[in-house]
Amino acid sequence: MTATATSTPAAEASAAPTQLTMAGALNAALRDAMAADDRVIVYGEDVGPLGGVFRVTDGLQAEFGDQRIWDSPLAESGIIGTAVGMAMYGMRPVVEMQFDAFSYPAFEQMVSHVAKMRNRTKGRVTLPMVVRIPCAGAIGGVEHHSDSSESYWASTPGLTVVMPSNPADAYSMLREAIDSDDPVVFMEPKSRYWSKAPLALPVTTAPMDRAEVVREGADVTLIGYGPTVRTALEAAEAAAAEGLSIEVVDLRSLSPFDDETVGASVRKTSRAAVIHEAAQFGGYGAEVAARVTERNFHHLAAPVLRIAGFDIPFPSPKLEEYHLPTADRVLAALDTWEWDA
Amino acid sequence: MSLNVEHASVRTLPSEKPLRLLDNAGHAVTGSATGGFGLPDTETLLELYRKMVVARRFDVQVTALTKQGRLATYPSAYGQEACEIGAVAALAAEDWLFPTYRDSIALLTRGIEPADILQSFRGDWHNGYDQHAHRTAAQATPLATQALHAVGLSHAARLRHDPIVALTFLGDGATSEGDAHEAFNFAAVWQTPTVFVVQNNQFAISVPLERQTRAATLADKAVGYGMPGYHVDGNDIAAMYAVTSAAVERARSGGGPTLIEGVTYRIEAHTNSDDPTRYRAARDVEHWKRRDPIERLEKFLVSEGALTEAMRTEITDAAEALAARTRDVMTTEAELDPLELFDHVYGRERAALLEQRAALEAEIAAGAFASHEGAAR
Repeated sequence: MTATATSTPAAEASAAPTQLTMAGALNAALRDAMAADDRVIVYGEDVGPLGGVFRVTDGLQAEFGDQRIWDSPLAESGIIGTAVGMAMYGMRPVVEMQFDAFSYPAFEQMVSHVAKMRNRTKGRVTLPMVVRIPCAGAIGGVEHHSDSSESYWASTPGLTVVMPSNPADAYSMLREAIDSDDPVVFMEPKSRYWSKAPLALPVTTAPMDRAEVVREGADVTLIGYGPTVRTALEAAEAAAAEGLSIEVVDLRSLSPFDDETVGASVRKTSRAAVIHEAAQFGGYGAEVAARVTERNFHHLAAPVLRIAGFDIPFPSPKLEEYHLPTADRVLAALDTWEWDA
Repeated sequence: MSLNVEHASVRTLPSEKPLRLLDNAGHAVTGSATGGFGLPDTETLLELYRKMVVARRFDVQVTALTKQGRLATYPSAYGQEACEIGAVAALAAEDWLFPTYRDSIALLTRGIEPADILQSFRGDWHNGYDQHAHRTAAQATPLATQALHAVGLSHAARLRHDPIVALTFLGDGATSEGDAHEAFNFAAVWQTPTVFVVQNNQFAISVPLERQTRAATLADKAVGYGMPGYHVDGNDIAAMYAVTSAAVERARSGGGPTLIEGVTYRIEAHTNSDDPTRYRAARDVEHWKRRDPIERLEKFLVSEGALTEAMRTEITDAAEALAARTRDVMTTEAELDPLELFDHVYGRERAALLEQRAALEAEIAAGAFASHEGAAR
C-alpha cells in the first residue's frame, strides 16, 4: 500500500526504513510539524502526559512543553470553539476529538463556524486548524466509541475531509493538513493505528486531495477509504485466485472528491463498487455512486454497488463483525452483477 | 499548566443590588452601592454621552429603514446603550471584541462604517467589515458560540506574550447554552484574558429571565467557575465603564477572566418580525423607558455644568449627520457579484466549485437572471 510513497531528498539522507505504525507515523508528523513551526499547538483531552488514549501524542509534551501541547477541560465544543479563536489569532491548532462519537457536542462549532468563517468574512478570516478524529470500528469499542461520522463533515461546504489508510499517507497527509490554510477534518481509522509499514521519515506521498490507485486491475474498480482499503485489497486478492482482476482505489480525500482518478479507473474497468463502514442510507457511498454514474454512465456495464454497514446504530463489540463490511461480502455483492450481459 | 498564575478561587457572591455610580435621577451614588468603584472623570463621561447619543440615533434610523424594507432584519439595541458602549469603551484599540447580532452599536463605537455594519442585515453578504483592522469578530448569530472564540483568541495572545484582551457580549438567554458554560470554564481554568459581558435585557425573544434561570443573578454564575462576577446596573454607563475597565486591566495584567452582568432592558422588539405586546406589559416598557441610560447621564452632566447647550447641539448635529450617511448608503444599491459566491469557500481551488461557478456564469450570460438586474430591493 505504500508503493506510491516517494521519499524526499531529506529522507534519502536519513536512516534506512524502519517498521512504523500509523499511530507512530502520526506522532512523528505532529513532532515534525511542531518543530518546524512554533505556531503549531496541540490540545485536547488526555493528549499531555498520557500521550492520548491511542498514544498519538506520546512524548510530545515532554519535548515541547505545556504551552505547545496541553490537556484541555473535557468539553468538545470548547476545544473546537477555542481553536477557532486561536486560529483567528494566527496559531495553527491541531486538536483531538478522542473518539468520533465524542465529536457531536462540537457539531455546531464545526458547521456554523469552522466551516463558514472564510466564507462569511469574504476570506478575511481563515482558520488554519486541524481536527483529528479517530474514527470507525473494529477495535472492540463499547457504545459510542465506534462510529463513522464522515458524511456529516463531508457534506458541509467549507470543510476539507481526509482519511489516510496507511502509515506513509498518515504522516504525509497530516503534515499537509497542518500546513493548509483551510480547516481540515483529519479522520484516523482506529483499526489501522497499529498497522505497520517500512518507512523512512519524512515521507511525502501524493497531495492529500488526490485519490490513489493502490492496486491495478482490469475488471472492477473497488473504491474504499480508511479502514476499508484493506478490505478492498483482501477482496481483490481473493478474487484474483478466481481469475477476476480488481483495481483498488484509496480515496484518501472525501471532500474534495477526486473525480479524475476515480473516473479514469472506472472507465478502464467499467464496473465500480464502493465500500464503507458507515450506514448505507444517505451515506458517503451514495455520493460516490451518484458521481461515478453521472460522469461515467456510458462506460458502465453495471450499476455502481455499495457495500456498507447496516442501517443500524453501531452494534456492541461482540456483534460488530456482523455489521462491518468484509471481503466476502464484497465478493458476494460483485456476484449480483450480470457478468455476461 | 505553568501558564496559570497562582490564584485563589473566587468565592464571594456579587452584590445582590446592582452596582451603580449614578442613580436614575443622575445623582452620584456614594457608599457601598458603588462596590468601591469611582466615578470616571467628566471628560470621559462626556465622551461616553456623545457615543450613546450617536448610537441611539443610528439605531432609530436603522429601525426606520427596516420598516421601509431597506433591511431584511435588524435587532435593535435601543435602551442598551450604556451596557454596550460602557463595556466597549473600556477596550484599547488592540483588544478584540466578539459581538452578537444585537451589538451593532458596539461596532459603531469601534469605528466601523454603517454600510459595513449593515451589510449582513441588508442581505448583501454575511459579514461586511475587516475583522483584523477593527479587531472585531463577525457578529455571531448562534448563541454563546463566539464566547469560546474570544477565549481561544485571548489565550493565543497570551501564549504569544501580547497584552491583548478579548471582550465578548452574551445575552441573558445565551447563558443557558452549553457553549457559555464551556467558555466560562475554559477561561477560568486557563486564566485567559477574557471579559464576558452578559447583557441581561430581561427577555430571550419572548422568554423572561425567570424562565431562563433560577440563579439570583447571572453574575452569581461566575463564582461556580472560580472567577469574579459583577452585578451591575446596565443603564448606568459610568458603572459599566468603571467595572469593565477594571476587568480589562486585571485580564491584561494576567489576573484572568471576569463575568459582568449588566441589568438593562430591550425597549424595542427582538427584531422587526417580533411582536413584543404578546409577552410583556406596556407599563413595564414605560417603567424602563423612565430609566433611560442617556437621560441619566445627561442629568448628571447638566447638573455638573459639564454639558453646555452648544455641546449638546454639536453632538446632535453629529448624530444627524451619521443618520443621513446611514440613509444614503442604505438607499444606494450595492453592486453584488454572484460569481463571488464561490470565491471564499476554500483557499485551495476545487474542481467541483470551478465547474459550478462556470455553470452559473453561463446561466447569467444566457440571461437567466435578467429580470433581477437593476431591480430595486
